[in-house]
Amino acid sequence: MYEFVSGPLVWIAFIIFIGGSLYRLLYMLSGAKKDITLFRHMSVEHSLASLLHWLIPFNNQYMRKRPIFTIISFAFHICLLVTPVFLLAHVILFDESWNVSWLSLPNAVADWMTIIVVAGAVFYAYRRLTDPVVKNVTDGSDFLLLAITALPFITGFLAYHQWFGSKTMLILHILAGELMLIAIPFTRLSHMLFFVFTRALFGSEQGYWKNSKDW
Amino acid sequence: MKPTIAIREPVVDDLMDQTEKNLTEEQIEKVINEVIDKETSVRLWTYVNTCIHCGLCSEACHWFLSNDRDVSFAPVTKVKDTLWVMLEKKGKVDAAFIKRCSQISHTECNVCRRCGMYCPFGIDIAYMMLIVRRICARLEMVPLYLQDTVNSHAATMNQMWVKPDEWIDTLQWQEEEGQGYVPSARLPLEKEGSEVMYSVIGPEPKFLAQLLGNITIIMKVAGIDWTMPATAGWDNSNMAMYSGDFEVMARVERLHYETAQRLKVKKIVMGECGHAFRGAEYDGPTWLGWMRPPIELVHAVSFYYDLLMSGRIKIAKKIEGPITAQYPCNIIRNAGLGSKLRYIMNAVCEEFVDLVPNDRHAFCCNAGGDTINCGPPWKKIRVQSARIQSENFKRTGAHTIVTPCHNCHSGVEDIVDGYKLGMHVKFFSELLVEAMEIPEDLKP
Repeated sequence: MYEFVSGPLVWIAFIIFIGGSLYRLLYMLSGAKKDITLFRHMSVEHSLASLLHWLIPFNNQYMRKRPIFTIISFAFHICLLVTPVFLLAHVILFDESWNVSWLSLPNAVADWMTIIVVAGAVFYAYRRLTDPVVKNVTDGSDFLLLAITALPFITGFLAYHQWFGSKTMLILHILAGELMLIAIPFTRLSHMLFFVFTRALFGSEQGYWKNSKDW
Repeated sequence: MKPTIAIREPVVDDLMDQTEKNLTEEQIEKVINEVIDKETSVRLWTYVNTCIHCGLCSEACHWFLSNDRDVSFAPVTKVKDTLWVMLEKKGKVDAAFIKRCSQISHTECNVCRRCGMYCPFGIDIAYMMLIVRRICARLEMVPLYLQDTVNSHAATMNQMWVKPDEWIDTLQWQEEEGQGYVPSARLPLEKEGSEVMYSVIGPEPKFLAQLLGNITIIMKVAGIDWTMPATAGWDNSNMAMYSGDFEVMARVERLHYETAQRLKVKKIVMGECGHAFRGAEYDGPTWLGWMRPPIELVHAVSFYYDLLMSGRIKIAKKIEGPITAQYPCNIIRNAGLGSKLRYIMNAVCEEFVDLVPNDRHAFCCNAGGDTINCGPPWKKIRVQSARIQSENFKRTGAHTIVTPCHNCHSGVEDIVDGYKLGMHVKFFSELLVEAMEIPEDLKP
């Protein structure tokens, strides 16, 4: 079982993740070509300006108005992306298989970052249950996406600390990670792929086309 | 996903009520799928697949904030209650649903684009509301008063059923009014080869004719070589852009520019209107595939700014007392004229009290984007949903609110009436005529 989920299944998950992402991006870009106005409304300069203002915390008025949400969101997303890539255990796996390695996080730091991701997911779930606007546009799929995102971190944490039988937990952790990779291109988790483009379009329309700003 | 609970007072709108009875589900399904498949491109697809349902857009919306944070007015809810259902059911919806879509998109949204600016992903929710309007317009589900202005555009090429002789008559009358202040002032009609063609919106000759007299004075004092057309094509407004009838929108914009080309002018200067600028500068040329206007288009705010900066108009006596200004969405947030507006305010007023929030973050007057053109049936909820901006006005303590936009002007008058603010509402041209220096040789 362990051999299967940590061997062929990893390959399948990565192929679906990368292939699926490319497919979705190409689908979007080829569709965008058919709309003759889209690219003519865009400029590299204003796309980058908009991205810069929205990817740096507190660099736009709205984030300054909502400091708590901004801090939680940035902490959640940074930890979500950084932890799996720079976790020592993951780096060692790559080193053993392909003989490549890179910087890794101290385990204690990675532990805390994992907790931040899980806490962030709990915060988002709480918000979905209590904020009337968010509650009104939430259905099962939104909680499912949160679960898919949080599960690799919960199981990884448990596996590292060797609770509930480390072997089983490790298998669950790998499965959860693979599930998330597969889900990214084909669910609304694809905002990871698309937000760059929606942001760039609105930033360009405001900045390049309409001589204004969007932050 | 459970349907949103929206509590509204019943409104009688004859056209919408009649259309609801006439529409068949086959027609609805066909039009929805046609618009979504052929007119929206991948932009809508990407927006729907990117929206993570976070609800952060709600903080941007004056409808939401003014109605005690009623969920049914939040931007994301407006998309949920319209496009999400259409996409999920692949267009298999009934006439009552389409009527609600028109109510949401035409009467409860100003397509002011503030929510797009507050979405972390920059999803343009106003664009999606315009798609909903497009679907409604193709099904003839449009508020009666709004459709009447569109019919007027289609038949007369102006918004207010102004007849050709009435147009010329009004211009000549206002030329005489202007001559009361500056006897040598002229309102030149059909003067080929002028530098500037001045165009206005339908309501100016219809019920705000004094603005034409004002511009006659300003142009003379500034020494501008200008003209106005005596034919159709003088109206730069475009309600069809907002109802969703883009074919008529394109006809109006095309004629406007063709008229300027016939008169061989170098540029068009337009009166103080926001949506007209949006239509003529962006939406019209984009739909026509021109992308940019074929002739330079200058909004009144830019024009007055240039006149004051270059010293062609000098201020003799600044207007006294605290004065504030509404920032029209379509020339500020969506065209970047905020600093020019403040420059004029500071040049003309002794005490300019700025709004908070201001510039591109300022709230909509809640009349723009067609909502005021939806007419009396929809007025109550419109004024009720402008509460947040009424509070902003009140805080300034101003005696006058300047509105360089016709929609804002009427909308802010409704706010002043509805919330008993006791303030005056004026256009820049009224302030300029009051404050500017008339050279000795031009005086009566």
